[in-house]
Amino acid sequence: MNIILVGLSHRTAPIEIREHFSIPANKMGDALYHLKSDPLIEEGIILSTCNRVEVCAVVKDTRAGFEAVKKFLIESYSGVSRESLEPCFYMHSASNCLRHLFRVASSLDSMILGEPQILGQIKDAFDQAILHKTTGVILNKVFKKSISVAKRVRTETRIAESAVSVSYAAVELAKKIFGKLTEKSVLLIGAGEMAELAARHFKGNGVLSISFVNRSYDRALELAKDLGGIPVKFEDFHVEMARSDIVLCSTGAPEYVIKSEEVSKVIAIRQNRPIFFIDISVPRNIDPKINDLDNVFLYDIDDLQISVETNIKQRKKEALKAEEIISEEIERFSRWFKSLDAVPMIIALKGRAEEIRMAELEKILGKMGTLTTAQREALEGLTSAIVNKLLHTPLTVLKQEVHSTNGNMMLEATRRLFDLEDMLAQPEREKQEKTKGPPT
Amino acid sequence: MMLNVFFFKATLACYFLGTAFFLFNLWDRKGERDAQGFSFWSQRLAISVTGTGFVTHTIALILQLKISGFVPLTNLHEAISFFSWAIVLAFFWVEIKYRISILGSFILPLAFLFLMSATALPNEVPSLDPTLGNIWLGIHTTLSVLGIVAFAIAFIAGVMYLLQERFLKSKQFSSLYYKLPPLDLLDQWNKKSILLGFPLLTLGIISGAFRAQYSLGSFWAADNAKQVLTLGTWFFYLVVLHGRITIGWRAKKAANLAIIGFVGVLFIFITLA
Repeated sequence: MNIILVGLSHRTAPIEIREHFSIPANKMGDALYHLKSDPLIEEGIILSTCNRVEVCAVVKDTRAGFEAVKKFLIESYSGVSRESLEPCFYMHSASNCLRHLFRVASSLDSMILGEPQILGQIKDAFDQAILHKTTGVILNKVFKKSISVAKRVRTETRIAESAVSVSYAAVELAKKIFGKLTEKSVLLIGAGEMAELAARHFKGNGVLSISFVNRSYDRALELAKDLGGIPVKFEDFHVEMARSDIVLCSTGAPEYVIKSEEVSKVIAIRQNRPIFFIDISVPRNIDPKINDLDNVFLYDIDDLQISVETNIKQRKKEALKAEEIISEEIERFSRWFKSLDAVPMIIALKGRAEEIRMAELEKILGKMGTLTTAQREALEGLTSAIVNKLLHTPLTVLKQEVHSTNGNMMLEATRRLFDLEDMLAQPEREKQEKTKGPPT
Repeated sequence: MMLNVFFFKATLACYFLGTAFFLFNLWDRKGERDAQGFSFWSQRLAISVTGTGFVTHTIALILQLKISGFVPLTNLHEAISFFSWAIVLAFFWVEIKYRISILGSFILPLAFLFLMSATALPNEVPSLDPTLGNIWLGIHTTLSVLGIVAFAIAFIAGVMYLLQERFLKSKQFSSLYYKLPPLDLLDQWNKKSILLGFPLLTLGIISGAFRAQYSLGSFWAADNAKQVLTLGTWFFYLVVLHGRITIGWRAKKAANLAIIGFVGVLFIFITLA
């Protein structure tokens, strides 16, 4: 029995290939049933995002499992030939598979390091699998663990902190000037994808209002309707500027739309309340001289870009810490995974029973005073007999059922019913001590 | 060595260590993305050392009170010591409320320097009877010192404002940039501190006049430089508040004014010494 993963991602396959594999949410159920219908596959989950398609499965035989999953992927979703696909696939098993999953969930494998969406996508994939009952004890545990590892990475490292996109960087700077943005008004001059994105980010940070100005009033109306704001006529934008704390400019105009003397007037009207200008247009639309005015802060596209690059470097540094956390978690998880083997479980269960028997025997012998050898042996025999009789059926069932479909559940139940965590860890520790050798 | 002197020295040592740790935090790059909270050992250490100092300081002040049997603010040494106690108290208040512990890197050096300067001053406790005039003296000094503490906080907020403003304008983001709070919050601190300090100083001046009436027989002694300077300070902050409310002297201007005001107060302290 093994955990395996087969997939392709933005690192191995171009978009032309990836797009063939994307599975819409309403088709996910069918895909999962199809996957699980293969007798080689005991449990399965499909993760499908725009950057990756991955199938994680629990299989009896690793090699056959790889082939089965590959076949599933190629046959079900591809219009591409097997030969051109083959180099795009990556395959992982056992602890490599865990490492890959943990890294993906922690966003270490994402196109933008530390981006938060992937964790949500993994949760969705997991929910779908649970809904269609294609997971069992192992994958449930693996995915729960992946999610908790991702959360740990997020809280213990700063991988998700600080903006790595221009529009986020603008929001972050605004926060450094104004603190909470809930009382602040934004003015958007012009339109364009980046301006729209920034407007959405500001909206997401709860700004009081957003006004839209455009040379064409219809376009302003449209944007205001789309994003929930107030349209303003182009002639009126200077008046609106005095009311706004954040002004985002992105027009196609070849000259300065906002001039220094206008801004001086605006600041006087605002009674020195700071104002933050963001100029993401090329050529620039705001006179760079305004940055010399008191209480005026101006950032152009290059300024924002530089701040983004510094933050990306920071994230890469944090990723190293995240890798350490992941290694640590894999070790912990592997211990649990190994315990799903029947032999150590049986040894642990016997060990636990023996431990209890010996402890109780010691206690009673202490109370009974001196006993003859025969009496002692009788007591030993009695207690052993009770323990063996009690354990006989559970052990037999365990041995029989371990290879059945319920096997993993049975093992997991035994582990929890008899609290065998520490017993199972013991041989591991002894082994480690042995490999270290005696102290010299 | 008297017990109060022992506690005073212990406080001095603690504030010195606190200053050292807080300044270390200021330049430590580790905390640069973590302006909130104090998750790092040096931050915790700084706060616990300062906390210990605050406790010994409180004990020293209580002992002093027992010895003189009176509000321990009879001479400049005691007034300065009380000032530094109150400013550390203000730090803990902000720390608990806002969790912006970078404030410690600014307040602790100030508290330490003041306490150091207090040791340089003679600490002879005059034996005062709790007469009406002396009760007014106690009220007068306590209120005035608390008012000055508020102005000191406004001063620190002003310094932090100018630093952060410089970072934002020059687009050079040092580790300090990430640790400093937003400009708007600093401007709010500035405003609130002066709003709090001004009435305290006003009441301090009024009680001072009562004290003069009881002990000197006159509310006002025009030849007294201290009175003139204090009134000057009071007038300065009155203008600052007025300017803020009516003509919008906020943000950078307010930060500059808070700095000028407190430097003026310091100047008075020094001339009095």
